[in-house]
Amino acid sequence: MLCSICKEKEASVHLTQITGDKMHKVDLCEECAKTKGVNDPTGFSLADLLLGLGASHEIEKAAGGAELKCPRCGFTQADFKKAGRLGCPDCYQTFAEALEGLLKTMHKGTQHVGKVPEPLRQGRDLSERLNALQKRLAKAIEQEDFEEAAVLRDEIKQFMARLPTTKAR
Amino acid sequence: MDLNAFLIPPAERARRKGPHDRIVMSSRIRLARNIKEAAFPGWAKKPERIRVLEMIRPVVEGLPEMKDAFSGTMDSLSALDKQVLVERHLISREHAAKSGGSGLVLNREETFCCMINEEDHLRMQTLRSGLQLREAWSAIDQADSALEQKLAYAFSPELGYLTACPTNLGTGIRVSAMLHLPGLVLAEQINPIIQSVGKLGLAVRGLYGEGTEALGNVFQVSNQMTLGESELAIVERLEKVLTQIIEHEENARATLLEQKPKMVYNHIGRAYGILANAHSISSKETMNLLSLMRLGLEAELFPGADRALVDELFILTQPAHLQKQHSEKLSAEERDLIRADMLRERLRQVSRPIVPPPGPTGPALDKSPK
Repeated sequence: MLCSICKEKEASVHLTQITGDKMHKVDLCEECAKTKGVNDPTGFSLADLLLGLGASHEIEKAAGGAELKCPRCGFTQADFKKAGRLGCPDCYQTFAEALEGLLKTMHKGTQHVGKVPEPLRQGRDLSERLNALQKRLAKAIEQEDFEEAAVLRDEIKQFMARLPTTKAR
Repeated sequence: MDLNAFLIPPAERARRKGPHDRIVMSSRIRLARNIKEAAFPGWAKKPERIRVLEMIRPVVEGLPEMKDAFSGTMDSLSALDKQVLVERHLISREHAAKSGGSGLVLNREETFCCMINEEDHLRMQTLRSGLQLREAWSAIDQADSALEQKLAYAFSPELGYLTACPTNLGTGIRVSAMLHLPGLVLAEQINPIIQSVGKLGLAVRGLYGEGTEALGNVFQVSNQMTLGESELAIVERLEKVLTQIIEHEENARATLLEQKPKMVYNHIGRAYGILANAHSISSKETMNLLSLMRLGLEAELFPGADRALVDELFILTQPAHLQKQHSEKLSAEERDLIRADMLRERLRQVSRPIVPPPGPTGPALDKSPK
């Protein structure tokens, strides 16, 4: 059996991973196993390796081709294909298309449902409260309750002044 | 600061207790975080890595949890010191290979450790003895919440915390426990267990990796997916699986002692025989035999002996820890001789395993009272 990465040498390292009802098999030669970190168990996870393999296919299909470059850090889609890692946080936007399919197979979902940094959470809360105030204002105007509308307008004005410039991105 | 003077003596470390520590050696939670608008360490040029290190390090040092912490850059540590940290599971092998531009902040108790510029800008982890995942989570959650006030994390509302590798995206969390499973290995039930745990999307690895034959019968179970599930849900899922593994291990031990006591006593007796009498022994063989002695201690075959001794030897007999006790550079062969000398010396105080009288009740292997 030939190595699934270099497709040249005889594979001597065989890995199997079962996720849900999907089974992935990878066969590697000693050299590729080493470069992929299979001999460095603390840093090794089969998912990383699979990202490297599955990624090359997904990434090749993605728009922009190998030349697509992150405007912030200069990392290219070809670099991503080679490393299986990204260059900077902005790369997630740049290579969104190539990543989309990968993330689906890799994770439970594609929408983050965990912790949100508090500074952002506050921003989000504030904008939600602002929305509510604006709705109430629209309703007051509709009902021609101008006294209430004036109060709400002032409240919104004060609110805008407090709202941080870093609105929800 | 001298790392050696800082680190907790192995004897003290080995005496730490935790829930289910017969089987769960330690619980660990790791979070991966990155700084907005900075390239990940693997892609950043050295000046940028240094900038990020100098931004993160003082903030981490300022955490109340890091009072009297050890803090250093990776180029200030010797290769041997780094290896000692790896053997204690405080840093990854990957981080041990780093030098300038990467750093480490480690608290006094060795329960909270931050690697700066490993694969991500910041990888922090909390460690607890025994099964204490929730405690480890609340501790790291608290530290992370303090850090996010001062560090602008790279975060997207859709994708969560942005990490160098997409496999860590979202929560950036890795929840894991180190398990001692000699019963399941001896009963040849370990492979089905590993397979079913794998089906649940969790990873099982050996203490130092490679396949399923784990060194010293120690296995690491951890989550793999980080996006689309909350931190607490991941912690709870792992806890459920671990509770089941603990039950299986206890059952395997009890069943073995009831049905094949001679096989178990034979393994344990031979392990003691070699450890207490060898004149040359590798670290791999030592770990595998110490594991069996640990099983014997739990089964009360070594009356009067303390399990902490075995746990201490687990740490002390590893290559870097052994080298640390000697000023001259040792070859692998020399280490094997010195390791055997140390084991013979330390095990003099432990008499050979007793042979429990055969009977329908068998030896006491009930779950330890809580």
